[in-house]
Amino acid sequence: MLEVKGLCKSFGALRASDGIDFHVAEGETHALIGPNGAGKTTFINQLAGTLRPDAGTIRFAGEDITRLPAPRRARKGLARSFQITSVYPGFTALENVALAVQARSGHSFRFWRDARRDPALTGPARQVLEEVGLEERMHVLAGNLAHGEQRSLEVAMALATRPRLLLLDEPMAGMGADESQRMIGLLSSLKRRQTIVLVEHDMDAVFRLADRIAVLVYGRVIASDSPEKIKMNEEVRRAYLGEEA
Amino acid sequence: MRARLILWGIAALLLIALPPLAAALGQPYYVDLVRRILILAIAAISLNLILGYGGLVSFGHAAYAVGILGFYGIANGWIHLLVAIGASALVAAAIGAVSIRASGIYFIMITLAFTQMLYYLGISLDVYGGDDGMRLKSRSQFAGLVDLRDPVAFYYVALGVMLLFVFLTYRIVNSRFGMALRAAKSNEARSRAIGFPPYPYRLAAFIIAGAMCGVAGALYANHTGYITPGLMAWHQSGEMMFMVILGGMASTAGPVLGTFALLLVEEVLKGWTEHWQVILGPLLVLSVVFFRRGLAGIFFKPDA
Repeated sequence: MLEVKGLCKSFGALRASDGIDFHVAEGETHALIGPNGAGKTTFINQLAGTLRPDAGTIRFAGEDITRLPAPRRARKGLARSFQITSVYPGFTALENVALAVQARSGHSFRFWRDARRDPALTGPARQVLEEVGLEERMHVLAGNLAHGEQRSLEVAMALATRPRLLLLDEPMAGMGADESQRMIGLLSSLKRRQTIVLVEHDMDAVFRLADRIAVLVYGRVIASDSPEKIKMNEEVRRAYLGEEA
Repeated sequence: MRARLILWGIAALLLIALPPLAAALGQPYYVDLVRRILILAIAAISLNLILGYGGLVSFGHAAYAVGILGFYGIANGWIHLLVAIGASALVAAAIGAVSIRASGIYFIMITLAFTQMLYYLGISLDVYGGDDGMRLKSRSQFAGLVDLRDPVAFYYVALGVMLLFVFLTYRIVNSRFGMALRAAKSNEARSRAIGFPPYPYRLAAFIIAGAMCGVAGALYANHTGYITPGLMAWHQSGEMMFMVILGGMASTAGPVLGTFALLLVEEVLKGWTEHWQVILGPLLVLSVVFFRRGLAGIFFKPDA
């Protein structure tokens, strides 16, 4: 589904991505872990198209997308959530998701009909909101939702584009224990029918959700394997898990 | 929603009743004054179309289109309108294609720079009066339909067009197109991530605003009966922007309220002193400080 080869990105002297190879198979949940500053978000931004790599290729569903701008990638089925919550604060939860539905429903050069009363948009949007458990909050302005709800809303927006691959950049960031449990529940319900790349610090979540785990340190993937083998890997323990395992 | 419709209804009725009232009071001047306000309100409405600053570049040269056509003996009002709208849309497309790529203050500065170019072009056109501008040879003629030389008839045309444009922008802002535009304004990174390329939508808004403001320019030329390069100068753009900001951006009523408030206050102050700008300036600053969401923010809650 996703094939990354030799991806490089430098900011001045800092090599944030230093020849990353990364493969995601259809249907799997592939976690990406690594200490702070390892270059995880830089990597995700290159996958999503907000950063252009210096070298290397990204192939998605058999097609080279290395040079495609972000909106085109989104339309090809690459959806993402942001590490720092990114919603439309002045719009209701329903409108936020309806916009994501609209984005995948062809062009938006339609000037007359009221989009907020268009069942072709609000119908699928409601469904997704139900799926993530926000249906009772759908008429609340996104800016007034609790932090955890906003994180769920982000996932809902990504899902509403009907992605083939979901890129989640720390979906549990800043969540309380309850909220995290709910998010883990949501993500496990998506497993199998949705291919997911999950960047996450919460090891509990990673080991419960991931089929495979890649470990990124200083812009390099030092290991990529099943969760069991990653736990046993000496190099990973030293570089990263050491303090926690 | 219903309260808003009622307010709009009352405002429309008052405006419809104005000409007979003014006639009864023996003050026909008021018809002239409010007609001018209505025409500028049309311009302000077009500017308010999210990122619709395309209107800035259109107002003056649309007026010129009318004047120049008249100069060559073409008096047909439909041709005037067609050319004014067409020229406005074209110029807006050309300028927008460049300025839309910048954002925020740079976008507005580039847009204003282009309008200044048109201003100097107007000054250099000696055939059409250069610096002094020129008188309209004749008003736009809509044979049999309406005679713009009749001040009251013209007033109702301006009122009708303004109400039509209020309704048009209301529809556009709430359509899929409007939602995509407003979303990109609210959070561009998010819009890109769900698959909205912002550029084509912004450019389209810029062009629509340009075309709408072109109508205002054509009416304004008929209103004053002469055209000057000053219509294209940045003072004019600045004043129009202020109408929108004063009234409140991101609301349909805002630009109309702002235009009425600004021009009526201006009118009153002019009656008191010739140094009216000394008073108006601080008033405007205070209004921006105290009414963050503009005058419309006092009457209406934000669109939700």
